[in-house]
Amino acid sequence: MSDPTTQAGTPAPRSGDDKPRPGMSERSIGLLGDRKKARLDELAQASASDRGGISLVRDAARRLRRNPVAIVGATIVALFVLMAIFAPLIAPHDPVQRFDELTKNLTVDTIPGSSSEFPFGSDPLGRDFLSRMIYGARQTLFVGVLATLIGLALGVLIGAIAGAFGGWVDVVLMRLTDVMLALPSLLLAITLVALASRSSQWTVIFAVAIVSVPIFARLLRGSMLAQRESDHVLAARALGVKERNIVLRHMLPNSLTAVIVQATLTFAVAILDAAALSFLGLGDPDINRAEWGLMLGVDGQRYFEVRPELAYYPALAIIVVALGFTLLGEAMREAIDPKNRR
Amino acid sequence: MSLLDVRDLSVVFQRRGERPFTAVDKVSFTVEPGQTVGLVGESGCGKSVTSLAIMGLLPKRGNKVTGEVLFEGTDLLRLRPDDLRDRRGREISMIFQDPLSSLNPVIPIGIQVAEVLERHQGRDRKQALRESRDLLDAVGIPDPQRRLSEYPHQISGGMRQRALIAIALACKPRLLIADEPTTALDVTIQAQILTLLKQLVDETGTALVMITHDLGVVAGLCDTVNVLYGGKVVERAPRHELFAHARHPYTHGLLNSVPRLDSPRGERLHAIRGSVADNIPWAEGCAFAPRCDNVVDACLEGPPPLEPTAGGGDLRCNNPVSEEVAVR
Repeated sequence: MSDPTTQAGTPAPRSGDDKPRPGMSERSIGLLGDRKKARLDELAQASASDRGGISLVRDAARRLRRNPVAIVGATIVALFVLMAIFAPLIAPHDPVQRFDELTKNLTVDTIPGSSSEFPFGSDPLGRDFLSRMIYGARQTLFVGVLATLIGLALGVLIGAIAGAFGGWVDVVLMRLTDVMLALPSLLLAITLVALASRSSQWTVIFAVAIVSVPIFARLLRGSMLAQRESDHVLAARALGVKERNIVLRHMLPNSLTAVIVQATLTFAVAILDAAALSFLGLGDPDINRAEWGLMLGVDGQRYFEVRPELAYYPALAIIVVALGFTLLGEAMREAIDPKNRR
Repeated sequence: MSLLDVRDLSVVFQRRGERPFTAVDKVSFTVEPGQTVGLVGESGCGKSVTSLAIMGLLPKRGNKVTGEVLFEGTDLLRLRPDDLRDRRGREISMIFQDPLSSLNPVIPIGIQVAEVLERHQGRDRKQALRESRDLLDAVGIPDPQRRLSEYPHQISGGMRQRALIAIALACKPRLLIADEPTTALDVTIQAQILTLLKQLVDETGTALVMITHDLGVVAGLCDTVNVLYGGKVVERAPRHELFAHARHPYTHGLLNSVPRLDSPRGERLHAIRGSVADNIPWAEGCAFAPRCDNVVDACLEGPPPLEPTAGGGDLRCNNPVSEEVAVR
């Protein structure tokens, strides 16, 4: 502690904290005592709430709430999701409509900027840029969620089969994922999109999903194999639990945490990959659809000299959302990690 | 007919490119219904491998299991995997050493107890949970209703082991194999768990195979004791016989190495010299010979046979400790 004399002569530190003794610096001991008391209270509270049967999820949630990184990440994610869901209510205009007051001012080297009715100004086709940004959240969320879910489902399926059966099944499946991992993810996504005869929103989603499959599969397979050797699986075998139940009830649930956390991180990557594909012109060809990557890639790039905001805002939005999911994902990984459990 | 009759059980570990290692070498012993039998020995003597082999839980790859394990006349080693699985947990159960890692960390205790009942007794979840509560109560877990929904990391080590015992005994098996059930617990809890085991085993008439390196556990619990060394049974005797006059130099050494409160001050603790690493293969003689005080020429000429003794046990030794020498 900062003041050793207050500690040294105090056989019972508890009473010393509450009632400062005469002759000692009253202020310092009061401050020290208060701080200590607060910490004790906090500890007592924590252990008291520990006693009531809290589940793993609630335990992790409690730790998340204390982590500022998690709070920042969760706030960003929450705002983003709310914006996506309530886009029609928030957006001041229809994102598809071309406004006469905007189009009439469009020339080769001017795009109308901010005005009271259109705070972000116009896009190159005379549509409200702010509304398109807000609707873009929808599109981004849609692509991100679907791509992650499809990737997660396929990855879990492959990983679970490989981990549960082991042997040659495992070898074959893992060599397949190795092939996919050997290619840089964006290159693989581009290849997959290029394979489709006509690119659409779905080809993007599918390509981004496939790219994330080997990561999920490897991760799950690894922890499934570790579970296979664990004592509680041996104990379950000793109780005659059926192999199917051992895999589904004992191995899989214990292996999933890592995969679920990876999903939040993958979400960020999926948003970036989808944006990158759109940026490269491999995305959805529908010009009416508001998509951040597309806005950044096509409009932002072409009219960068005229109105750089067309590039800045979508880029910023992508960065912030991806950061939000990454922060949340990392914080979740820390919270779920059993090594942090008290 | 014995409940369990293990005959010439051998387990050989075979890894590609390595010399095969005989972990269990023609071990034979029997367990009568309701009896408690101890398997005693130091680390690496083949205790746990024996139990896993009996349960059919050794991985198929890399292990060669031979001999017979007759459970009520049926050879478990030749049973179809499905049939064996049906018996595990219902007729034969097992408790492991570390209660925390033996429980599934993401499933509440209640569900884990209920799982066995659902599996073997065809109970539905609701009924199984109700029975689970009674089982937890029977093993002395306070407030069992609340424990049902708690996770393994939320209860104490002693309670976890109690929960495991509840799970193992849920279907009233006829044989329970306990593999060092008290090693991971502190001494006071050890005593509680042993008392509980003894009480439950007496109540239900379950036979118990107690695997341990702790002679204190044996002294309090076992009717018959098998002492294993280097994968072979070196001495078998009724409990009192073993503690009164252990004949095999290894058993004798083990008993002598237990610290005693009534020994004179300043006396050094007796120890068996050397370590398991000094063993010679049984084929070349007695594996214990390099560490033995009583070693004679015959000990290095081949494995001594297991022969019956006057005291009602069996002994594998060329030059046993004389019966008159009591253990201090």
